[in-house]
Parts: sequence; C-alpha cells; structure tokens
Amino acid sequence: MEFFHEPKIDWMKIKWYFISLSIALAVIGIVSMVAHRGLVYGIDFRGGTVVNVNFAQPPKVDAIRHELDGLGLHNETIQGVGSAQGLGGGKSNAVLIGLDLSTTTSGNTLDAGRQTIINALSGLYGKGPEGKTDFNNASPEIVADHLLAADPLGIEPKGLDTATKSYHDLADAVVNYRNAPAQGGLIENFDSLRGVPGVTPPIISALNKDFYLGSYAVTNTKVVGPKVGSDLRRQALYVTLAGLGAMLIYIWFRFELIYGVAAVVATFHDVIITLGFFSLLNKEITLTVIAALLTLVGYSMNDTIVVFDRIRENVHATKRVEFSKLVDHSINQTLSRTILTSGLTFLAVLSLFLFGGEVIHGFAFALVVGVIIGTYSSIFIASPIVVYFYERSSAGRVASGAKAA
Amino acid sequence: METKLRTRAIVILVVVLACIFGIIGFPKNVQQLKDNLHNRIHLGLDLKGGMNLILQVQVEDAVNITCDDAMDRLKEEMKSKSIPYADIEPDNDKSENPPIHRILIKGLAQDRSSDLQTLVSDLFSDWDLVRVPADQTGWMMVLKTSSAVTIRNQALEQSMDTIRKRVDALGVTEPTIAEYGQGDFELVVQLPGVSDESRVKDIIQKTALLEFKLVQDGPYSSRDAALAQHGGVLPPDAELLPGSENGSEVWYVLNRVAAVTGRDLTGAEPSRDSSGRPSVQFTLNHDGAERFGRVTGQNVGKYLAVVLDNRVITAPVIHSQINESGVIEGGNFTQESAQDLALTLKSGALPASINYLSEETVGPSLGADSIRHGVIAAIAGLLAVMGFMLIYYRGAGINADVALALNLLILIAMMAWIGGVLTLPGIAGVILTVGMGVDSNVLIFERIREELRLGKAVGAAVAAGFEQAFRTIIDTHVTTVASAVILFTFGTGPIKGFAVTLTIGLIANLFTSVFVSRVIFDYELSRREKGAELSI
Repeated sequence: MEFFHEPKIDWMKIKWYFISLSIALAVIGIVSMVAHRGLVYGIDFRGGTVVNVNFAQPPKVDAIRHELDGLGLHNETIQGVGSAQGLGGGKSNAVLIGLDLSTTTSGNTLDAGRQTIINALSGLYGKGPEGKTDFNNASPEIVADHLLAADPLGIEPKGLDTATKSYHDLADAVVNYRNAPAQGGLIENFDSLRGVPGVTPPIISALNKDFYLGSYAVTNTKVVGPKVGSDLRRQALYVTLAGLGAMLIYIWFRFELIYGVAAVVATFHDVIITLGFFSLLNKEITLTVIAALLTLVGYSMNDTIVVFDRIRENVHATKRVEFSKLVDHSINQTLSRTILTSGLTFLAVLSLFLFGGEVIHGFAFALVVGVIIGTYSSIFIASPIVVYFYERSSAGRVASGAKAA
Repeated sequence: METKLRTRAIVILVVVLACIFGIIGFPKNVQQLKDNLHNRIHLGLDLKGGMNLILQVQVEDAVNITCDDAMDRLKEEMKSKSIPYADIEPDNDKSENPPIHRILIKGLAQDRSSDLQTLVSDLFSDWDLVRVPADQTGWMMVLKTSSAVTIRNQALEQSMDTIRKRVDALGVTEPTIAEYGQGDFELVVQLPGVSDESRVKDIIQKTALLEFKLVQDGPYSSRDAALAQHGGVLPPDAELLPGSENGSEVWYVLNRVAAVTGRDLTGAEPSRDSSGRPSVQFTLNHDGAERFGRVTGQNVGKYLAVVLDNRVITAPVIHSQINESGVIEGGNFTQESAQDLALTLKSGALPASINYLSEETVGPSLGADSIRHGVIAAIAGLLAVMGFMLIYYRGAGINADVALALNLLILIAMMAWIGGVLTLPGIAGVILTVGMGVDSNVLIFERIREELRLGKAVGAAVAAGFEQAFRTIIDTHVTTVASAVILFTFGTGPIKGFAVTLTIGLIANLFTSVFVSRVIFDYELSRREKGAELSI
C-alpha cells in the first residue's frame, strides 16, 4: 500500500500562502491573549481552590452559585464533568467548583476556600439531622470511632485492642466500598452496604443511628497557594526555554547554526499558535497542558529534523542545484513518511481526545492541535528560514555548506 | 551470518525475559501475579488517589530559638563573670534575605571589652563579636552566616525526619517526603490512598512540643484576672498560658522551666482511663524519669500542667510520685485525638513551624476513573496505529508492531526497576515515545522502499534503508533526549515525570526499532527464496 509516489510539489513557491496563514494565526492568538489579559491559567498556576463534588441527584448549579455569591464569593467557576465520567459507569453528577486565590486567602489559611465551598453546600443541602454525621463525607477513622463507641458486635469486653482493630477493618471496608468507582464516593442507602464482607444487620443499624447520608460527597480537592503557582509557571517557562537551547546547540553541532535557529523558531511558532487556540477557546492552561506542550515541542522538533536530515544528505549528494529546489525535493522525498507518522500520531492523540476523559481533555486538545501545527511548521516555517538564509548569503548560488554527517 | 543472527536473537530473547521477569517476577498463582504487578508498577497520586502536600518549613523559627538560647546564655555568663552591662537585646535585620541575626550588648564598660571578647570566642563559636559603629560601649554578636545555614538545613532535615515518622505511624504505604524546589526550604509530601485531609494536615503541622510544668496558681477566668492576682507583673520564673475548662478558656500561672519535655519521651500510646475515656499513656527515658520522679515526689498534692504547644491541655493533681510512665487524661480526648496526640508525641517535636503552600487530594474514585479512561484511550490509539502499520506495510508491519510492543515492555520494566512513578505527564512522555517509535519504523521502511525503487536488491535495500534512516533517527533521538535531560535536571514533579518516561522510552526505542526490527528483517531475508519480493 502506498499513498504518495514521488510527489513533485514546489513547496517553496507556495510558502507565502502558508507563512501568511501562520502569521495570521499567531497574530489572532496573540491578540486574543492580550484581549484576555494573558492566558487563562488553571489553579496549578494561578493559585486557588478547586473542589470536585459528586452529587446523588443532578446538582442545582444555579443554586450553588447563588449560595456562594451569598457568602461573598463572585469569581467561582462551576463546571459539570458528568458526560466524560459516564463512560466508566460511575456516577455522572459530578461538578468542579473553583475559587480564585484572591477570594480564598482572606483568612490567610490555605483551607479557607475549601471550607467556604463545603459551608455553601451544607447550607444548600442541609446539615442533616442533629447529632448525626454525614457518612458520605466521613473518613474511615470517624466511622471506626462511632462503631467502637456503639460496639454493635459486642466485642469490646473481649479486649479493647481486638475491638479497635475489628472496627477499623470494618470501617475501611465500608468506606472503600463507598469510594469504589461504581459508587463514586456516594451511597444512597445503608442497606447497600449489606454486600460488604463482615457487615451484619446490627452494624447497619448502628451506622443508621449515628450517621445520615448526605446528598453529595467531596471527592477531590486541590488548593494551591500563590507561591507554588507562580514558581511553577516560572519554572515551566525557564525549563522549556533551556530545553530548546539544548536542542539548538545539538543541531548546531550536527548541522549548522541556521538549522538550529530555524528548528527552534518553528517549534516556538507551534507553541505560540497552540497557546493562541487555548486563549481563543478560553481553555485553561493546566499542568497537564504544559506536559502536552512539552510533548509538542519534542514532536515538532523530531519532524523538523527528519526534513533537515534529508536536506543535508541531498546537499552532499547533489551538485549545482538551486537550494530551494533541493529543499523542495527533500520535502517531497520525506512527504510520505511525514504524512504517515503525523497521521498515526494524530490517530493516537485523537483517541485520547475522544475517550481520554475529563482529566486529560485539555492535554489531548493541545496534542491534537500540536501534531497538525508541528508537522506543518517543518515544511512551511523551518525549511523556508534555511532557504532564505542560504539564498541571501550566497545569492542563489550552489549551497554546499552543510557539514558532513 | 547465521550464527551472528542467532546471537542477536538470543540477546533480544534475554532482554524480553528480563523485562517480563522485572515486571511480574515468578508468580506461583494469579493472586501473586496481581500482587507483583501492583507492587512493581508505581502509579502516581493523580492516577491512584491520595494526598499531595507542598509545605514550607519556617526555618527562621529554628534560628530564632538558637538566638534566644544564646541570649539567655550570654546574660547568664556575663552575670557569672560579673561583666556589667546596661542591656542585651535582639536586633535582627529582616530587610536582608535571609535575615541577619544579631544580639546587641549595650553599655559595656570599656575596660571589660577584652573579657567579653574572650567570653564570646570561648563559648559562642557560632557568633562573631563586632563593635557597634560610633558607640564606645556598644557591641554586637552576629550569628555567622555558615552557622545560620547549618541551623536552617538541620531544621529542614529534622522536620523531614519528624514528618516521615508521623506519616509512617499513620500507616501510609509508600509515602514520599522529599525536598521541593530550589532552596526555599519546601517539602513535598505525597500520601497515596489517604483522603482524610484535615486530620493528616493537622498531624503533620502540629509542633507537638510537650512540656510538664508545675502550676503556681490558677486557673483564672481571664488573662487580666491572673495578672491582677500578681499585681500586674508575673514573677520572673513564671509564665501565663491558656487552657480550657468545661469549654471555656482559662489561664494558668506556671513555672517557666519545664520539669520534663517531650524530648525525654521514649513512647506514647493511646489508652483508656479508669472510667473508659480515651487517654494517652507515655513513658520516659532514664534521665527524664529521674527528673520527673523528683519533681512529682516533692510536689504531691500540687497541680501539674501538661502543656502542648504552649497550651495547657490538662492540669491534674499529683497523687503520688510518678517515675518512668504516666497517663495524660481528662483532656477531653476523643479516641481519634488521643491516637493523634500519641502519634505526634512519639515522633518528636518539629523544630520549626510549617506552612502549607499547596494541597491536593485525589479521591480514589476519580483516580480510578482517570486510569480507566487513560488506559482505554491509550489502548484504542495503540491498536489503531498497529492495525494501520499492518495494512500499510504488510509483512514489515509485523516488525514495526513487535518493535513497538517491545518498546513499551522495556519502558514499563525500566520504570519498575528504577522505582519510577507513572503519572499523567509521564503518560504524555509515553505518547511521545510511541509517536517517535512509529516514526522510526516509518522512516526505515520508507527508506527501504526508496532503495528498492532505485532498483537495489532486497538485501542491499534493507541494509541501505537501515543505514540511511539510522542517521536521522539518532539525530531526532539525541535532540529530544538532550532536552529531556534538561527537563529532568531542572524540572520538578510533573515536568520530571514527563522527562523520565520520555528518556527511557527513547533509549528503548533505539534498541527496538533499529536493532530488533533489523534482526527480524534479517531473519526473513535468511529464509526467503532468492528473488522473492519483500513484503513492505
């Protein structure tokens, strides 16, 4: 099977259409970033609080927002994550509630935002019967404490240590059952614990006496202070730049400086345009998106080097050819490989984008955009830079400067 | 040729077996297989659930304590050597980062300057003594920078140690406690499977400085009431500390010097008092027991305050002499708080306070969800890629698929071997590895096709294809690994995770797509009939 048989496309003749497109995309992206006053950073970088809450019934998003507003918070984001979770068979009533750092540091404790959200939820959904504890938000230790106090199995006379251990094991088992993906951290009926090994009717009635079943469970929290966020942002930038520098030096060493510069410019172009898409679509830059950008840098660099390698080889093999023709020929020779590799990588990241779930959605999006841009930039950004340099420096003469491999 | 091929095949076989062994060991049954997999493939917190805390140790606390001690000692020494002075006070320069710690000695008689110099150089080796400019009677003790650095580093080390003990006592499996960032005294604490965040955070953060102090008088209903009893000024050997009684705040006047502190503890266990309420039982070392016995023996009938982090938790009457072991009761403990107190006491006090900079709790259900989604997506993507390679390259597609599968096998085995942790960013590294692995194969195959089109014989075309593509593959791989090494060296947490899997993956890929795939080709070439076409 073969898609391309020795194509003869004059890439360097049509380059300006694509360079214009790149400039347009980059400008749109940058304008969007400026208009939005920078990128939308996730909690990892911006600092703040995100709480993932699972509800027994479809959540009253507007009411939650109203309740939070009532507590003096206005910058909250509430976002459903139901659709992606449905695939796993888990509960699909989950929402992410986010609070900005500025609204959460008033009490000078990191925890304030989380507490506020929990207070708002308990205000909305009720605190439950007086003197009872919410089982759906209880830790194994709390469950064990209650069981030990009630001693439904009547084993305390046999010795405190054995009783403590038995009830702790039992508490671990019921909480694990509650936290299993099928329950998603919420049970709606104490009788559903019947299937857990070791749970007997006296235990269920003891739980029933001390606990109630809240209609939501906080499954995930993330609180990032201001220092960690800005440190991480700075570090991600510096480290990426240092990585690009290392690549530049290696390419300089193996090819020539201009090749390294061209590859880095092309890669930079890819990152800018991908970030532009994030800004346009108002998507958050999270830690996993940074990981995707690093992947994109590696991928784009790989793609560019493959083309450069062919150019270098042809420079040695061919004499007296116009440099831009030589580059066209090199791109054509590697085109089949370029399309195949990019197509396959695109297939893999598309699968991540479609089936990967909420957690890696931003990540997969960055890669879907990045694979396309990264491939395109090798041909229309990196190669023209090298051509421009050679045609200017040798005024269209034969280029034969590339070092031996 | 035949023997060379055989040797190569054996090398590959050995690598495969070593990797399989590295991942699953020698399981005797299915359960053991599962256990081994579970124990050797370490998933990050984002995948399996747990807590991730980043905290900063306030190391200046430890330096301040050292300075206070030095100041007390200096006063004492000057008194005992009868060197007169007007005043001694701390004078720290906080505008510097890190702050400079100084002790100001005012009003020293000029003819005693040399005595002070001798005293400081003999007894305060961590300090420099300098004159206060433009003041004939003023001197300054400045904490040496090197000493301050040592104290800060020790505080960090000791905090790490204490936190580790506390976390271990909580029964967390495979916790990570490591330095984080560069030089800001930050620690990252990762606790897989833990979701009880507020409790764990309290346990880690609690200074847990336990002191037993004799009660001089009290309790009083307020600070002012206590002071009024003493005419507004406390005696120099006393201090005023808060506690609580029946839910309301009360104040005690205590001996400033503790009879025994937590440093003398050898153990602490939760227990129950005679009426079944939770309490904490402790044991003291030999030294502590002796002192405790003396103090309690001489003060039977008086009250003894149990002070934790400058708060009186209970102040019972001393019924009889207590030696090496005692019980803290009546502190309104719940079973959990008694347990936590015992745990923190046993692990010792923190040398400095702790601030949380960030915290993350991934619930077990969300972690499991993201694993399931990620795995489904990754397998779907991989199968699609492998299927396509088979269709497009037919026979040679098998080479590519074998190389790819082997690449992942080596990657997983290496991760298990070095104890690497697989996180979401790490999976990003795996994806780039797969992408570049596929690319290596495509590069080679396309090159072989090209050589075949040029009319080369099959054997020569394969050899030339590998040779030409190898140069490209080396360039792409070295470039990417070079930047991954930078990411690994200077990055933290997530960025490091990405760099680790990428580096291992690419090195494995050089082996599989260049060496293994070549061996498979050579094997096919060695057994095919002359003139037969190559399936590529």
